[in-house]
Parts: sequence; C-alpha cells; structure tokens
Amino acid sequence: MSLQLDFPAVLERWPSFLAGAVLTLELAFFATVLGALLGTLAAVGRGTHNSLIAGACKVYVETIRNTPLLVQIFLVYFGLASLGLKYSAFTVAVAALTINVGAYTAEIMRAGFEAIPRGQIEAAEGLALSRFQIYWHIILLPAVEKVYPALTSQFVLLMLASSVCSQISAEELTAVANYIQSDTYRAFETYIIVAVLYVILSLVMRAGFWGLGLLLFPRRRRLGTPL
Amino acid sequence: MGGHLNINHLMFLGQGALWTIGLSLIALIGGGIVGFVIALARISPLKSVRLASAIYVQLIQGTPLLVILFLGYFGIAAIGLKVSPLVAAGASLTLYVAAYLGEIWRGCIQSVPKPQWEAAEGLALSRTQRMVKVILPQAIRIATPPTVGFMVQIIKNTSLASVVGFVELMRSGQIVNNSLFEPFAIYAIIAVTYFAMCYPLSLFSQRLERRMGRGRSNLAPA
Repeated sequence: MSLQLDFPAVLERWPSFLAGAVLTLELAFFATVLGALLGTLAAVGRGTHNSLIAGACKVYVETIRNTPLLVQIFLVYFGLASLGLKYSAFTVAVAALTINVGAYTAEIMRAGFEAIPRGQIEAAEGLALSRFQIYWHIILLPAVEKVYPALTSQFVLLMLASSVCSQISAEELTAVANYIQSDTYRAFETYIIVAVLYVILSLVMRAGFWGLGLLLFPRRRRLGTPL
Repeated sequence: MGGHLNINHLMFLGQGALWTIGLSLIALIGGGIVGFVIALARISPLKSVRLASAIYVQLIQGTPLLVILFLGYFGIAAIGLKVSPLVAAGASLTLYVAAYLGEIWRGCIQSVPKPQWEAAEGLALSRTQRMVKVILPQAIRIATPPTVGFMVQIIKNTSLASVVGFVELMRSGQIVNNSLFEPFAIYAIIAVTYFAMCYPLSLFSQRLERRMGRGRSNLAPA
C-alpha cells in the first residue's frame, strides 16, 4: 500500500479543466432556463380540467422521474439519430437535461400551486382580475416564491447530473477529466481535482441563487425571512 | 451488427436487472448504516463531530456520483489494492447514499416534537435511552416515506455503475447493443425495466406520505 500523488502533472492542464467547467455551467444554465419553462408548463398542464392534457403531463413526469438520466440521455441521443436528425453532443445534452429537470420542476411547481390558498384566487376573481393576471400575480409568482429553495437545490443537482453527459462525449468537466486521466495516467489526482471543482461550482451556484432570490423577492428581503 | 433480439439477449438483460437490484440493496444497507451514523453525528453534542459530519455531507452532495464512482474505482487502485467493479461501485454508492440518507434522517429525528425530547429528559432518561426509547421510534415513522422515495433514486443511480464496468442493467444493455446495434429499441427496453422497478416504489412512497398526512391531520385539525 503506497499512495503517491502527483498533482502538478495534472494541474498543468488547467486550461482544459477551466474550459470543461465553463461548458458544465453553460449546460446547467440552458437546461435550467428551458427546464424551468417546461416544468412550469407541465405543472399547469397537470392542473387543467382537460383530462387528456393532464394525463399526458402525468405520464411525462412519472416516466422521467422513474428512469435513470443515463438511459434518458441515450434514448434522446439515439432517438434523434434514428430520426435522421444530427445535432451536436452539446445540443443533445441540453435537450436531455431539459426533459429530465422539467419533470422534477413540474412536481415542485405543482406543490407550489397547491400551496396557494383557494381564497386568494377567489379574492382575485372578485377584484375582476383577468385569467392571465390571476395566473401571473396570484398563482405563479407566489408559488415560485414558496418553492424557491426546493427549485434551486434541484438546479444545483442538475448541474451535478450534467456530468453524465460525458457519456455522449459532450466536452464538459467530467469528459475533460476522462480525457486527461487517460492521457496522464494520473486518474486519482484528476478526479480529486474535478471533485473539488464541482464542489466549488455548486457553492457558486448556491450563492448565485441566494443573490437572485434577494433580487426577485423583495418582500422576503424586507421581512428578513431566510430563503 | 447481426441477428435480432432473442431470448438469450433478454436473459442477459434480466441478469443485469438482478444485479441492479443487488447493487441497490448493497447501497441501501451500506449507505443506511453509514447514514445512520452520519445522522447521529450531525446532532452530536460535540461541535467537532457536528462540523466533520457536516463537511462530509457538503462534500458528497457537492460532487456528482459519476465522479465519486471514478474516485472510488481509481482511488482503491491508487492505494495498491485490486479493484473489482463490484467493490468500487458498492463502496462509492455507500458513501454517496450515506450523505443523502444521513441528511434525510437528521431532519426526521429533529422533527420529532420538542416536548418529546423534554419529557424524556424530565423522566431522567440517559441520552442513549432517550434516543432509543423515545425519539427513534417516532423518527422511524416520519422517515419511512422519504426513505422509500430515496430508494427510487438509489435504483436509478446504480445505472452509473456501468461506467466502472459493473455489469448491471445499463451495462448489459450496452453490451447487447454492441452486438445488435439497435440502440433505440434496447434502451427503450432498459427504460421500461427501470420504470417497472421504480414506479411501484414511487407509488408506495406517495401512499405512505398520504397516510402519514391523514394521521397528522387527525391529531391537529387545521
């Protein structure tokens, strides 16, 4: 048992690590924005009276939540290919991550919608607000405010899960690590560095979401309620 | 690139599915034991123990499982031991599951109502007695639905063990695909198999949650 670590040999590849980390953040950013939209739509869809739409949204959410991301990524990757559509690994990765996080977002948003007291919607109707106004001001924004902490941890988990995209050769952080370790034969050191980078990325994301929360929800900032 | 999906392929996939269940159980039991220790350490009266366990949880929860698997696989090799994919995957998943279950269970232990802790103290129970006889029996009830829910995550996450060469369901699908090259059909079968394993657990977890909710609303009508 002799453990010899040689970090400098791996650390001199820092530009590649940096590029990988940037791509990981890009993946996370696009999937978060698109996934939030998709998830909100699915949550709204599940609440409609149209049983066809509600059923379709339920099938989508349950299917995604009960299968591994790795399988979903391969299905999207090979599914698009078998339809004759050719996209870059990055595009496929964003698509798969969006579909994945959309389902989780939908569940969180549904919980937020259900937490809106019925009386508030009735009051808004009594004040003659339009349907759109009710949806935006009375349901959506307060619901987001309620579930904001759950949403943000889901998005941090998404950033970590984007590591799986290395399996379809999207050049994000884990793929960079796989390449560097096969080049330097310094696997343990490489993955230690990458693990540290992921911890830093997740702390940065948490801090970013905390700041964004302060900006988005001034009411909470004034009340001093922690997000 | 030859032949069609036949019974032998399906048998092979079935074997992979059994290994997925096996690896999930290893991760659940190993992670459960370590996670229980983590949960207790997180509420320890000693500040250093609390801090150390909090750092452990933060580090694991800030690292993707894929990287933890690689660390386990190459780390065991780096200290000069022979690695089998089963050991590497089992150890990595144990560490990973422990961090999450530890946090879930800490929350459950702490959500046992405060008067219960005070009453136990008032009855002059020792710290161990209070935990074993008063707090844990109630915490287990609270912890059941989220733990069953997390088992779904464990099953799904074992699919990542394929990257270190452990032949579970995902890896056996990749192997079958290498000989048949019908990726879409094979991964669809894999997806359906995972769904068949996970969905009953999801439903069970939801049902437990609803039952708990009923019990609680009976106690304290809102």
